[in-house]
Amino acid sequence: MPRYFANLLSLLLLIVPLASADERPVVRMATTTSTENSGLFQVIQPVFEEDLGIRVHVIAVGTGKALELGRRGDVDVVLVHATPAEEAFVEAGYGVARHEIMYNDFVMVGPPDDTAGVRGLQDASLALGRVAAVKAMFVSRGDDSGTHKKELALWKDAGIQPQGNWYREVGQGMGKTLQIAGETQGYTLVDRGTWLAYQARSPLELLVSGAAGLKNPYGIIAVNAKRFPDTNHQAAGRLIEWFQSDRAHELIAGYRVNGEQLFYPVGD
Amino acid sequence: MDSLSAATSESFRLLFSGDTDLWVIIFTSFSVSIRAIMIAAPLAFIVAFLMAHLRYPGRRTMIAGFSAMQSIPAVVVGLTVYLVLSRSGPLGDLKLLFTHSAMITGQVLLAFPLLVAISHSTFQAADQRVWETAVTLGAKPYRAFFTLLHEIRFGLIAAFIAAFGRIIAEVGCSMMVGGNILGYTRNIPTAIALETSKGEFSQAIALGIVLLSMALFLNGLLAFFQGRGVMSS
Repeated sequence: MPRYFANLLSLLLLIVPLASADERPVVRMATTTSTENSGLFQVIQPVFEEDLGIRVHVIAVGTGKALELGRRGDVDVVLVHATPAEEAFVEAGYGVARHEIMYNDFVMVGPPDDTAGVRGLQDASLALGRVAAVKAMFVSRGDDSGTHKKELALWKDAGIQPQGNWYREVGQGMGKTLQIAGETQGYTLVDRGTWLAYQARSPLELLVSGAAGLKNPYGIIAVNAKRFPDTNHQAAGRLIEWFQSDRAHELIAGYRVNGEQLFYPVGD
Repeated sequence: MDSLSAATSESFRLLFSGDTDLWVIIFTSFSVSIRAIMIAAPLAFIVAFLMAHLRYPGRRTMIAGFSAMQSIPAVVVGLTVYLVLSRSGPLGDLKLLFTHSAMITGQVLLAFPLLVAISHSTFQAADQRVWETAVTLGAKPYRAFFTLLHEIRFGLIAAFIAAFGRIIAEVGCSMMVGGNILGYTRNIPTAIALETSKGEFSQAIALGIVLLSMALFLNGLLAFFQGRGVMSS
């Protein structure tokens, strides 16, 4: 073998690292883009990893995808926000039990000039109705996420089947959807956590908040070990317990962006 | 334009202040892609050599097949690897989904056809007499093979660099089978996608700078290996 082949090979092998020495058990958690994009996990993840002596692999996807990962047994625990879908998930035997750990609410944001005139409305379906009436641009997640499911439920309440050039399904995470709505001066539904995290960078304004039916509860569910025996259910159980502890509640309640609280912990 | 220049200067600060998260991401990218190319390249070179050296039925279909597979989208490879490695898939018991091994598998599959197709045309253009002379002089087939590799090294290096360029920059497959897990499977392209969606442009730009410098470095290396870059006389 010509010498430089050997040299090149040894050089490359040097760069290839040895297997990581981290021996902590790994829990794989599928969660929503809203918990990750809001920055909450950056604060609490190092703490629960330290407290429990585990390593948590966080896979941030939409709620629909997160539950699908659970149904396939690809993760050990899911933390999502779409109560009916979560209950169905447990009902069908994929999850053990649903524990509500925190909540915040959805808000509607839109362009400052508010062509649809929804500012200050206390009824989200009514607000959507006005957007549809003037065919103002509405940007939908379109990705089967918790926020998307909520939006579809609100359209249903309004008795409207949204379609047309003004209704854009973008199929992206919350942050990206807010950016698209910002660039196209559209309206969109967003969880308050992500909105607070993005507010400073967004040209949009908060138009509808505190309206009835906009509560956004987050649940955590361990994937059923009976169905997938090789999930790390022991560590997943301890993680769920941790989320119900006073320490977790304190951290979640204490997480603020620009002085505003993003999530409200729920005691069991 | 203010935000662009501010984000760019912030990105340089991130790169040179030893921001751990950023360097873990860069390290993951290189570690995964280098392992992938080290697995794919030797196998691909052997397959390409056999395709150029042997006569057997279906050879031309195979060549056309590898050529066509060069343009397979990374997300399709990602989806396939995902379905196979998923706990509910045929190889679910290996528990490889959302690990480095899953990312390496995807990248090997992406790099392999590219390596075969480019190196095959290099082998094809090689002078058959190199092989014959080496064998006539008493070289064992594997010695003759290395002599041949040496003769066509520029073409092989070009194939190597083209394939490495594809896998280190691909986002679709890594995102699907790696899961973009912070501190573990988050690599440069998936981090750029995420940071852009979060509006954190400075980190995205910093990582873009690393990818770009790497591309420049590799191509510089290629130019160096190719010597004067003129036809031999």
